[in-house]
Amino acid sequence: MINLKRTLLVLAVVILGANPICVLANEEAHAGEPSDKSKEIGEYIVHHLQDDHFFSLYKAGEETVGFPLPVILIDNGLKVFSSGEFKHGKAVVEKDGQFYKYYHGKIYKTDAAGTISYDDKHHPTNAKPLDFSITKNVFGLFLAAFLMFVGFLSLAKTYKKGPSNLPKGFGRVLEPLVLYVRDEMAIPNIGHRYKEFMPYLLSVFFLIFTLNILGLTPIGFNVTGNISITVCLALFTFVVTTIKANKDYWKHIFWMPGVPVPFKIILAPIEVLGMFTKPFSLMLRLFANITAGHSVIMGLIAIVYLFQTQLTVGGSVGISMLLTLVLFFLELLVAFLQAFIFTMLSSLFIGMAVEEHAHH
Amino acid sequence: MEALLNQFSYGLFFWQLIILVIVIFILGKFAWKPIVNALEEREQNIEEALNKAELARQEMARLSSQNEELMKQAREERDQILKEAKALKDGIVNEAKTQAQAEGAKLIEKARIEIENQKKAALAELKGQVSALSLDIAERVLRTQLDDKAKQQELVNNLLKDVELN
Amino acid sequence: MYNLIGAGLIVIGAGLGLGKIGGSAMEAIARQPEATNKIQTAMIIIGALLEGLAFGALILGK
Repeated sequence: MINLKRTLLVLAVVILGANPICVLANEEAHAGEPSDKSKEIGEYIVHHLQDDHFFSLYKAGEETVGFPLPVILIDNGLKVFSSGEFKHGKAVVEKDGQFYKYYHGKIYKTDAAGTISYDDKHHPTNAKPLDFSITKNVFGLFLAAFLMFVGFLSLAKTYKKGPSNLPKGFGRVLEPLVLYVRDEMAIPNIGHRYKEFMPYLLSVFFLIFTLNILGLTPIGFNVTGNISITVCLALFTFVVTTIKANKDYWKHIFWMPGVPVPFKIILAPIEVLGMFTKPFSLMLRLFANITAGHSVIMGLIAIVYLFQTQLTVGGSVGISMLLTLVLFFLELLVAFLQAFIFTMLSSLFIGMAVEEHAHH
Repeated sequence: MEALLNQFSYGLFFWQLIILVIVIFILGKFAWKPIVNALEEREQNIEEALNKAELARQEMARLSSQNEELMKQAREERDQILKEAKALKDGIVNEAKTQAQAEGAKLIEKARIEIENQKKAALAELKGQVSALSLDIAERVLRTQLDDKAKQQELVNNLLKDVELN
Repeated sequence: MYNLIGAGLIVIGAGLGLGKIGGSAMEAIARQPEATNKIQTAMIIIGALLEGLAFGALILGK
């Protein structure tokens, strides 16, 4: 536990060291217009929380600084081009006689003029091509996976020289985390069969943890706060649980032993519903926590722009920094806690599915 | 809820699926498995070492207690032997003493018997001599008596003087 | 408007629940300090379940 705390502390120092850059980036982004700031900030936050085809680092006036990412569309064949061609939604891109327009984070099929038609709730009704683009979040995923590969392949290498060869450098941080996953989550919840689920649990734990931490860096990922990601993760847990479930598990769902028959009939649908609500709550919890964290941090940073007249520039920056700092620590805790909870509950569900009941 | 569904992107889901599967399988094969196995092996090694140390400690304790036991036994044995030897010695001495006593008594008895015998023999001889002497005297007396009465008396007196027994 | 009232109700409920969990956990820890780790883990899990419920309700109501 002490090791873990120290690890978190080091990470906190690294990330917080970069935090002012984040503020600066935003400051520059909103230096231009004084009018209607709060609306703009709201839009900015929403925009940050969503996935993007363009990797924007910061905005300088009207100019967005960053780099474009490849767009991959499947629409009558594979179409690959740079997202820079959209010019942030201002341009209509034509590929093989088909026009595409970028509108609020999504690519729509349009006509040559790029007209978007809306329904009565102001949602676009244009058809969407199948979009497999390397978006900002996909880029973040790659980055996280890459970091994991680098970290854990080197950690695995240290053990090649024999199990008593202790890891050096960053491996010293990773090993206690691996042990933590094993001793706190896998073994207590799953029992002696824990080994077959270790790859899944470790992968999920470190992927979520890395992504959460990356989300706190000023690069501005919000990967685990995206519903597609959490759906995928929760679905994986659901699939693993369902595939690995033994007879006892199904029996407990459809014909609960040890209760009278009428209750069995009542309990069956509840338990079936429970099968789905468990991964559903996994999905929502991770998504909501990270999204909420990002929103609040960005909101607190926005104090800098919103209260400049009331608090003066220095005061608003100071208060914003102070509040953000406090919340940042909380978010670091949340970043770890959510990875922990997800893995913990996954192993709990898996453990319930593979548990051999001593019959009541 | 609607906004969430709107946010859902198949592309992102697809990539996440691919990456998760890759991470699980490739890292599973090249990282998780070796790491978990190595950690387990290390723990086993440590446990084994601890067990061995414990066993060695027990062995040591056992050995030292055994040694002590042996020492105690040896000491007891030694005491036993000493005791036995002492008893034996006492026995021998006593026996020798009684034997010697018996022997002495026997010798004394023998000597006594011998003395008795000698005494008896001496007495017998003395009796013989006395009787012979008496006879002799009597003979002489009788002979002289035959000669002279005074002389006879004188003779008897002389004889008696002669016969003065020491 | 109704959404906000609903959200408020959810937050009140979740807050009460979390308070109860936290309070009980504190009591348990005070009673058995040597079991702190286990109690904390159990507390976090139950807190997470509650949180999932609350978030689910918040998002469904949005």
